Amino acid sequence: MLTPSERPLAAVLVSLVAALLIAASGRRPNLRETWTFLAAIIKLALVASLLPGVLAGDVVESAPLTLVPGLALHLRADALGLLFALVASTLWLLTSLYSVGYMRAAGYEHQTSYFASFAVCVSATIGIAFAANLITFFIFYEILTVATYPLVVHFRTDEALAAGRKYLVYTLAAGQALLVAVIWAQTIAPGASFQPGGFLAGQASAPALALLFLLFIVGVGVKAGIMPLHGWLPAAMVAPTPVSALLHAVAVVKAGAFGSLRIVGYVFGVDLLAELGAGQVLAVAASATIIIASLRALGEGHLKRRLAYSTIAQLSYIVLGAALGSAAALAGAMFHIAAHGAMKITMFFCAGAIYTKAHVERIADLGGIGRRMPITMGAFAICAFGLAGIPPAVGFVSKWNLGVGALDAGHAPFLAVLVASGLLNIGYFFPIVHAAFFGGRQPPAFDDNGPALTLPLVVTALLAVVLGVYPDAGLSLYELAWQAARSVVAAGSGGAP
Amino acid sequence: MIEHLPILVVVVPLAAAAVVPLVGLRSTRAARGVMLAALAAAAALAVAALRQALAEGALHYQLGGWPPPWGIEYVVDPLAGGMAVLVAVFGLIVAVYTGPFLVGMPPLGAGGFCAVYLLLVTGLLGIVVTGDLFNLYVFLEISSLSAYALLALGGKRSLVASFRYLVLGTIAGSFYLLGIGYLYAITGTLNMADAAARLPAVAASPAFTVAVALIVIGLTIKLALFPLHGWLPDAYTYAPTPVTGFIAAVMTKVSAYALLRIFFFVLPGGGVADDALRLLGWAAAAAALAGSAMALAQTDVRRMLAYSSVGQIGYIVLGISIGTPLALTGALLHVLNHAVTKACLFLSAGGILFRTRVADVANYRGIARRLPISMAAFTVAAASIVGLPPTAGFFSKWYLLAAVLERGAWPFALALVGSSLLSAVYLFRVVERSYLGDAPEAAVASEASEGAPLELPLGMLVPIVLLAAGVLLLGVLSHAVVSQVIAFALPVDGGR
Amino acid sequence: MITGAAPAHIHYWLSGALLLIGLYGMLVPSNLVRKLMGMNILQTAVIVFFISLAAKTDGRLPLTASGGQPPAALDYINPLPHALMLTAIVVGVGTTGVALALIIRIQRAFGTLDERELLAKLSE
Repeated sequence: MLTPSERPLAAVLVSLVAALLIAASGRRPNLRETWTFLAAIIKLALVASLLPGVLAGDVVESAPLTLVPGLALHLRADALGLLFALVASTLWLLTSLYSVGYMRAAGYEHQTSYFASFAVCVSATIGIAFAANLITFFIFYEILTVATYPLVVHFRTDEALAAGRKYLVYTLAAGQALLVAVIWAQTIAPGASFQPGGFLAGQASAPALALLFLLFIVGVGVKAGIMPLHGWLPAAMVAPTPVSALLHAVAVVKAGAFGSLRIVGYVFGVDLLAELGAGQVLAVAASATIIIASLRALGEGHLKRRLAYSTIAQLSYIVLGAALGSAAALAGAMFHIAAHGAMKITMFFCAGAIYTKAHVERIADLGGIGRRMPITMGAFAICAFGLAGIPPAVGFVSKWNLGVGALDAGHAPFLAVLVASGLLNIGYFFPIVHAAFFGGRQPPAFDDNGPALTLPLVVTALLAVVLGVYPDAGLSLYELAWQAARSVVAAGSGGAP
Repeated sequence: MIEHLPILVVVVPLAAAAVVPLVGLRSTRAARGVMLAALAAAAALAVAALRQALAEGALHYQLGGWPPPWGIEYVVDPLAGGMAVLVAVFGLIVAVYTGPFLVGMPPLGAGGFCAVYLLLVTGLLGIVVTGDLFNLYVFLEISSLSAYALLALGGKRSLVASFRYLVLGTIAGSFYLLGIGYLYAITGTLNMADAAARLPAVAASPAFTVAVALIVIGLTIKLALFPLHGWLPDAYTYAPTPVTGFIAAVMTKVSAYALLRIFFFVLPGGGVADDALRLLGWAAAAAALAGSAMALAQTDVRRMLAYSSVGQIGYIVLGISIGTPLALTGALLHVLNHAVTKACLFLSAGGILFRTRVADVANYRGIARRLPISMAAFTVAAASIVGLPPTAGFFSKWYLLAAVLERGAWPFALALVGSSLLSAVYLFRVVERSYLGDAPEAAVASEASEGAPLELPLGMLVPIVLLAAGVLLLGVLSHAVVSQVIAFALPVDGGR
Repeated sequence: MITGAAPAHIHYWLSGALLLIGLYGMLVPSNLVRKLMGMNILQTAVIVFFISLAAKTDGRLPLTASGGQPPAALDYINPLPHALMLTAIVVGVGTTGVALALIIRIQRAFGTLDERELLAKLSE
């Protein structure tokens, strides 16, 4: 098989090739869907195969391809990158199954462009995960922006087109800020790639570095949903639910959050940010986002939009963890990529299943749906409470680490933010669950959707629970998170524990 | 043979231009055949000259055997060779595209078109290979006259646009001539290399300042650098599509080459020349923003693309004005990238106009369903103008931004970024409408009844697809282009 | 040759004046033929400038018998600018030809040669 060093590139390319094949198989839906599944399985296998090496402390690199003198397209699988890649690949497989069921049940059009764009998006996401330097990260980041657009405007309604335009305005503008930041960073520190502890310390004056940090955060902050750059996310809920599920709960938004982790840990370094005071500012911005988004969620009557605001808040957990900078906070933030991914995707799957079966979109109409679709709502309930930090779902694990990390960093107030957010979570999810099971209207028959729609959400809910009980299950995600966090912190403090 | 390459590159299309009208009297197809053959030969010769220059250094050719500085000398160094390849290859690609346009013309008309087109290519090639300042003027005027004639072939409106270009272009040429007159007065020579040797001694004189000012004004008009760009929008909009495609892709780039050649290979650094470059830099930044902003206000697609060109020319001149190796690399790479990209945009928009009579942005609804390949090429090229990876435009923008940030010139960085975002808006409008809009009922019905396939004829489609592929290839291979050609084309002392 | 009775460098002043007249003619009048005339005057200005560069006080015409001693170049007026200007004159003639052809076509197509009227007709 492929040598380890070829696998990161192969993992990126698999779905690109699949995208071409999908586009060519438009007339034969079953063949077309086969390409998707084949690619997803191969991709997951490739990414998972890198796990033993990375856990042992090796870093797997693909050969760099020089693009600009001094800069190369360079893919590398380190602990953090592999964590993100594993999450994205696993969830793509499940989302593909769900997509098939969802699209066919509703008979939606444009399925070929849907599956093809999806494949390109996942390709770009893996590219972002495995990027070894800023230019590679940027290239795949922009490709992700462009490839997501057809998915957002999928239904071609005026509302969808407007959402698509809003999305592009936000992401392209942020992309320009990111481009300037990336080039500036490369001008200050030529040829540097991501390294734990950062590479910018001492390379320029403090005000310059602070401005550079601001540019970077604006650049990734749009996708990461940091307020006030979050405006595109609720509007983008007009996309088909599987799109919202994978891209806006896992790939696109996580790319932004992942970017912030890379910038904090691998470009600037925790110590440099503490010196600049930038860590504090970011932590405050993230906290504000958490609280405000949670409050907005309370007032939102459309189920998917409430989930969108919840996502915005949860993403800022990751940004907050990055900003706090202690090992536990970083580990919690990194693990939350997986944790939130599993939980949120379940909830989106449930929302889509409910829409498919009962054509219900608004929370006010959800009364009794839990009695009609107990499996679906059960999964929803488990994950909803998981997001609030209640065991057994995995949200508890990352939240605990974040809390410990806040205390470690000596910033107890942020612990209060986490607690408050947990309460707000309960506040905006509990009524849904309560109404679903104990409210009126829907018939109490066991009427869940067929396996294509129900199986994925059961699997992801189980995943959430299993990871909550045993975080290293299967793919050692928790171990990867801690390994990455430790390497970032150790490098910063010169290796001293 | 090799030592004659510089002159052959110019003579082959020139000789063909003399022959083609006679051939055209007998048959349009024969005339076209001669034109294509001559251009193919010129392209091959240019490539050979470039390879020779890269391998063994610049080629020198003395016209009539008279040694420089008394005789006229042609010099093909990697920069000139690269530009020659650009001109000749584009000449060929667009010539292939002209097939369907020539079909309806009377024999003398088609022969005449081919002849004038060949003269245009000759003129541009001459500008690029010459090593003599006055010879550059001669070829500049040859190419300009041919351009005036070709641009006037698009109907009533193009006549007026062409006349306006004639007036401004003649002012430009005359100013340039006057400028080199001043240079001659103070150095006594017209040979570029000789002038470069003699100018440092006299660079402090007022005559030198006047010379630089005149040359800059002259070339700036030819370049259509804001605010002296007035002739460009009308000329590009009303001319026949292949003419616009070629002129937009190549002619302004050759003027940019002339600017680069004179500033970095003839004029001494420091003093007046640096001041001039600084001024050009500000004009370029203004061009980048103003061009894109004005493009936003247009309703006709071709006019929008014309203003977009004004903006992109700003990018190139910005690189030239900064003058560092990184900046010049970005400028030269953008010369190549923009040529390919703009040609692709004009040829696909023109093809769409040819087939569907649609010229307005508003009427582009649903075009992608009717002409999918042309629209796909347009979209790829549009992505390159905005600077999205992995298209070519991303890489030239990278170099330019890196050069600007290296200098700490934040206003210029903002101009580049702002221009990109504006470009995204006006190009996205077209792309969104064409893919996601609904085609007007009447048009769809009439096509269904005609039963004919709607996509462009092969002669037009092949160049468009080639150019779109080129946009992507140049992006992916940009490092190869830079390290193997452009790096050698830079001035030896590394610019400023 | 113009000798001492006239101010120094009068040729250059003449050239400058012609340049300005030519520019005025090209930019201000609205009749296209007037613009063309202005263009010719502009080109003449440049020609006068170059010729002036060639002139020398008491210079001889640059003609010499073939064979014999190489001429003392400083005695002769400089023939190079004259040669350049022959080319420039040809270019001017070519440009005038193209311009006249355009003017004839414009006259036939629009019925007017006045720029203001043309712009009005174009924006319809």
